[in-house]
Amino acid sequence: MRLDVNSFVGSYPFRRVPGTSSDALLRAMDRVSVQEAWVTHLPGIFWRDPAAGNPWLYQTVEKHDRLRPVPAVHPGLAGWERVLGEAKAAGAPAVRCDPTYYGIDPVGSGMQALAQACAAEGLPLMLAVRLEDARQRHPNDRASELPPSSVRALIRIDPRLRLVVTHADRGFIEEVHFGSTLEESGRIWWDICWIWGPPEDHLATLLHTVGVERFVFGTGQPLRLPETSVAKLDLLDLTAEQRAAIESGNVVTLSKAKGPKPKLSSTPSRSLP
Amino acid sequence: MLIDIHAHFLHDRSPRADWQERNASRLRAGERVGITVHVASILGSWGLTSPIYFPSPADIEYGNAFLLGLQRSHPDRIRGYCVVNPNFGSHAEAELRRCLDGGMIGVKLAASRRADDALVDPICQVATKRGVPVLHHIWQHRRREYPGQEASDAGELATLAARHRKVNFLLAHIGGGGDWIHSLAAVRDLPNVFVDLSGSGVDGGMLEACLDAVGAERLLWGCDVTIDTGWAKLRYLERLLGGGDLELVKWRNAARIFPPTAFPAD
Repeated sequence: MRLDVNSFVGSYPFRRVPGTSSDALLRAMDRVSVQEAWVTHLPGIFWRDPAAGNPWLYQTVEKHDRLRPVPAVHPGLAGWERVLGEAKAAGAPAVRCDPTYYGIDPVGSGMQALAQACAAEGLPLMLAVRLEDARQRHPNDRASELPPSSVRALIRIDPRLRLVVTHADRGFIEEVHFGSTLEESGRIWWDICWIWGPPEDHLATLLHTVGVERFVFGTGQPLRLPETSVAKLDLLDLTAEQRAAIESGNVVTLSKAKGPKPKLSSTPSRSLP
Repeated sequence: MLIDIHAHFLHDRSPRADWQERNASRLRAGERVGITVHVASILGSWGLTSPIYFPSPADIEYGNAFLLGLQRSHPDRIRGYCVVNPNFGSHAEAELRRCLDGGMIGVKLAASRRADDALVDPICQVATKRGVPVLHHIWQHRRREYPGQEASDAGELATLAARHRKVNFLLAHIGGGGDWIHSLAAVRDLPNVFVDLSGSGVDGGMLEACLDAVGAERLLWGCDVTIDTGWAKLRYLERLLGGGDLELVKWRNAARIFPPTAFPAD
């Protein structure tokens, strides 16, 4: 079982990206043997109301048993609490907020309120450090990258909060992990898509120093080739148990729930195969 | 056969205490991926006693000598680019003579002098005479000056390539950061510029754009500092290309532009 926690559907505003439809995403998943993907509506990240993309996202994943929605929440817009309720009702495994893309303070009052609400609802909160390499971004794509200090601050807000941070590199992860208590860092999961393999061996180092249990399989597709995250794992000397933990087992821990994927019409959140 | 045309090795006079471990890791990962030959360079002292991109003559000599030693100790696995700094013209020419005579198979120009500068011409004249390609470090669409290097972009490499039509140039690490769309447009019509696929960037659509711009006949597979991303691009290319075109990218294009005796199977 290989589960991708970091994938998108929908077009990207700053360059042409092939394979942004849900059907194309499923084909790409087949290509790299990903059975299930957590998906976000990509263009919504750049909208003034990112949650406006959620209805389309819910409709899309409803058609595909292998896709699960990670809807967007903008805590600076009135009614954002309702979005959390919709997410729970839709069986979302997490919600996401990308504050620097929304133009809000990553540790401001809105983010603090969102962190508390996610903690209370038992919904993991997903944040991306970046979507593209800063050196190649469109001249008008000026959102800053998520700072490590914001992740350290957010995880301290509520002891029930769980964070999934995507597109982080080794330096970012180390700064947060070793800048947090064991209890705090034990509530943060990192996707592997941006961590270098050999010869620098950043991923191997982190698995040793931070722990296998902190990492989950993510790709960033279709903005990034999903083959990359598989190749990273293929280049490691992992036991079958360690590999299974990264590819799916740690997500079960993160989600703290079991059961079949609920349909949109069902209400309570549960699930993960 | 699989040739990584953009590799690096470290040495004992670099800032990295783990240099042996990193070199071993490259070779170990290469075995897993199936890399037959790593074509590598060493950029002086990697910043220890002169800047990475402005290496001193003494550091260049040490780095090149170390790489020649690696080539001798791994005759089936490692080949070298001779690193030169165009600001030291006579030293550069002497170093090229020493290293090419010693068995190196190409020239590495990093970012000591802009690609379209006249000081680069004598180096290209040596490359023409010796029949070796030039791998040129490129910042994909340089929008400003960056500290620590006098980086060139594909437009400047294109100017150089137009002046030296008999030299084959490798546009370094198209996935190495920056706007690769700008680079591909700049070299599309220059048959003596090959696109090196290395770099940590694995953008969706990048390989398709490379194929559209220069075709499989002008693509070269490589890794640079991330073998995982190189392997990912290779795996995706296996889906995009038929057998003949895939072989071009994996090794046949390299075998065509490097000297005839450069690789074991040649």
